[in-house]
Amino acid sequence: MTRTNTAGADDDGAPAAELFDVERHYPGGVRALDGVSFRIGRGELVGIVGPSGSGKSTLLNLLGMLDTPTGGSVRITGFDTAGLDDDGASALRARSVGFVFQQFHLAHNVAALDNVADGLLYTGAPLRRRRARARGALERVGLGDRLHHRPHELSGGQRQRVAIARAVVGDPGLVLADEPTGALDTASGTAVMELLQELNAAGATVVVITHDRELAGGLPRRIRVRDGQVESDERAGGDGGGHVQG
Amino acid sequence: MSRGSGRGPRPARLSPADLVRTGASGLRARPLRVVLSALGIAIGVAAMVAVVGISASSRADLDARLASLGTNLVTAAPGESLLGEAATLPKGAEDRVRRLPGVRGVAQVGQVEGASVYRSDRIPEEASGGITVYGASLDLPETLRAHVRTGEWLNRATSGYPAVVLGATAAERLGIARIGPGTRVLIGEEYFSVVGILDPVALAPEMDSAALVGRDAAAGRLGADGHPTRVYVRAAPERVAEVREVLARAADPEEPFGVEVSRPSDALEAKEAADRAFSGLLLGLGGVALLVGGVGVANTMVISVLERRGEIGLRRALGATRRQIRGQFLVEAMALSALGGVAGAVLGALVTAGYAVTRGWMVAIPVWAPTAGVLATLGIGAVAGLLPAVRAARTAPTEALGSG
Ligand SMILES: Nc1ncnc2c1ncn2[C@@H]1O[C@H](COP(=O)(O)OP(=O)(O)OP(=O)(O)O)[C@@H](O)[C@H]1O
Ligand SMILES: [Mg+2]
Repeated sequence: MTRTNTAGADDDGAPAAELFDVERHYPGGVRALDGVSFRIGRGELVGIVGPSGSGKSTLLNLLGMLDTPTGGSVRITGFDTAGLDDDGASALRARSVGFVFQQFHLAHNVAALDNVADGLLYTGAPLRRRRARARGALERVGLGDRLHHRPHELSGGQRQRVAIARAVVGDPGLVLADEPTGALDTASGTAVMELLQELNAAGATVVVITHDRELAGGLPRRIRVRDGQVESDERAGGDGGGHVQG
Repeated sequence: MSRGSGRGPRPARLSPADLVRTGASGLRARPLRVVLSALGIAIGVAAMVAVVGISASSRADLDARLASLGTNLVTAAPGESLLGEAATLPKGAEDRVRRLPGVRGVAQVGQVEGASVYRSDRIPEEASGGITVYGASLDLPETLRAHVRTGEWLNRATSGYPAVVLGATAAERLGIARIGPGTRVLIGEEYFSVVGILDPVALAPEMDSAALVGRDAAAGRLGADGHPTRVYVRAAPERVAEVREVLARAADPEEPFGVEVSRPSDALEAKEAADRAFSGLLLGLGGVALLVGGVGVANTMVISVLERRGEIGLRRALGATRRQIRGQFLVEAMALSALGGVAGAVLGALVTAGYAVTRGWMVAIPVWAPTAGVLATLGIGAVAGLLPAVRAARTAPTEALGSG
C-alpha cells in the first residue's frame, strides 16, 4: 500500500475515503463515534443507516472535513486530513467534496443557476465558467427549464435537485448527502434517490444517510451505525466487492 | 502512511470581483436594513463634506472679492493723542501722504459736524437720521474702487455746487432709488441736487451711510473746517507693509501716535476666521455622527453574522476557508459603510451647492473632501466589521449547518 501522494492533486488510485479507528468524543463523555473503520472505494454508492443519535451525521461531517476526529485517522481521496490545516481542508472540500443537506441550504432570492454556480465559487473558476457548468449540472438533474427560478418558486423536490446539482457541479470525488429525502414526500424522495443513483452510475462516489428502510434497501452497500460504532457493513448480493479496491 | 510533510491542496484565491460579489450578496438580500444602518454614516459624511464645501466656497468667494477689491488699501484716521484726547488730522495730510514712495492713490474725506440730511423740509427731523455728511476729494471712488450705481460722481465743476452723491444705505433711507433732474435733499439749510448713488463699498462700509459733497461745497456752504477725518491710501501691492509703517508720521508728523492706521481687508479676513471656528464645531459634530454610524454598522454586522450561520456553514461546506469567510464579512461591512459614505458625499455636495447658490457664491468643493470622506468610511467599515467577521470565521461549520 503505497498511496502516499505529495503532488497535491487527487491520487486516482486512492479510495474515495478511508477511516481507521476513528473516534469523535465530545466533552462530557459523549462518544459520538467510537472506533469506526471502513473504506469507500471510488464509484461506490453507500447508504449509512442507524437509529437517531447513533453518530451518522458526525460520521458524514468527518468524511466532509467539516469536523475533525478526536482519534484515529481519516483519509479523503488519498489525503490524510490530520495533515491538513484549515486552508488545506477547505481547498480539498472545494475540489473533492459535494454536500447535500436535508434542509437544502439554498440562498434565497438567488436564481437556481447562481445557487449551483456557487458550488464552484471557491475553486477559483471564473464566473462565466461557473455559470456554464451550472447550466450543465441543472440539465443533468432535469431542471434545465428552471435555471432562473428562485428557490421559493420551486417545489421541495426541485429544490433538493438544485442542491444536488450544486454538490456535483464540480465533479467531486465524493458526494455526501445527510438525509436528502428527510424533508420531502415519498414520491419526491424516491426521485431524489434515483437521481443520486443515476449520478453514481455516471461515476460519482455517493455516501447517503437515510432513515428510510425502503430507500436504504435499494442501495448496493449499507453501513449500519449504532452507538457510535459500525454494527454491520453489508453489500447487496453477498460480499461481491466489485467496487472495492484491494 | 501519513503525508506528514505534504501541505495538501491550497485554496484558490477569490478574484476581486468575486470578493465584492460575495460581500454585496448579503447587502442585496436586505436592502432596507442597508439603508437604515448606512444612514448614520451618510449623515456624518454629509455634514463634514458640507462644512468643508461651504467654508471653501465662502473662502473662494472672499478671495475673489479681495482680488477685485485689493488688499492694498490702507487708511489713516484720527485716534487718540498721547494725552487721551480725540486727535485730528492736519489739513496737509493728503498731500504729504501722496508724496510717500509706494503710494499710488490717495483720497480723503472730512466729516461735516452737525449737518443733517432730509428728503424735504416737511419731514420731521427724527425720521432720517444716521446719515453722515462728508466733504470728499474727487479721487475717492477711484481709490476705494467704489462704483457709482446711477448718475455720476462729482467733478471739478460740481465740487463747489450744492451737489451730493449718496451712499447706498443713505439713498435707501431717504427713499431715493432713481435720480432725475429734480431730485434734491436738504442738507443743513440748503437744498443739494442728488447727482449720483453709490453701490455698497466693501472696503469702506462707512461710505454706505454717507452723503458726499465736494470739499469746496463742504467748506463754503456747510462750514466744514477742512480737516480730513479719514485718508484712504492705495499702495503698490508689494509695498503695503512699508506704506503702513510710515503712514502715521506722514499724515501727522507732529503727533504720529494720534493716527490710527488700518487695512480694511483685514476685517474681512477676520470675519472669515471667526466663521472657521464655527466650522470646526460642525466638523466635530460630523465626526460624532460618523462614530455613531460606525457603531451602527458594527451592530448590523453582528446581527447579520448571527442570522446567517446557515449561510456561513454552507460556504464552508462549499470550500470557503476561514480567511475567505472573514474577508466576505469585512468586505460587506466596508461596502455597507462606503455606501453610506458615497450617499453622504453626494448629499453634502448638494447642501453645499444649495447654500452657495442662495448666498450668490461660486460652488467650490475641494476634491479631497468627498474623497477623504469615502475613504474614511471604508476604514470605519473595516474597523466596524472586524469583530463580526472574525466571529463569522470562527463559527464551526457543523454547528452553523445544524442551526441553519
Ligand atoms: N456538538 C455536540 N456536542 C455534544 N454532543 C454532540 C454534539 N453533536 C452531536 N452530539 C452527540 O453525538 C451523538 C451523535 O449525533 P449525530 O448528530 O451524529 O446523530 P445522528 O445519527 O445523525 O442522528 P439523527 O438521525 O437524529 O440525525 C448524539 O448523541 C449527539 O447528542
Ligand atoms: Mg443526523
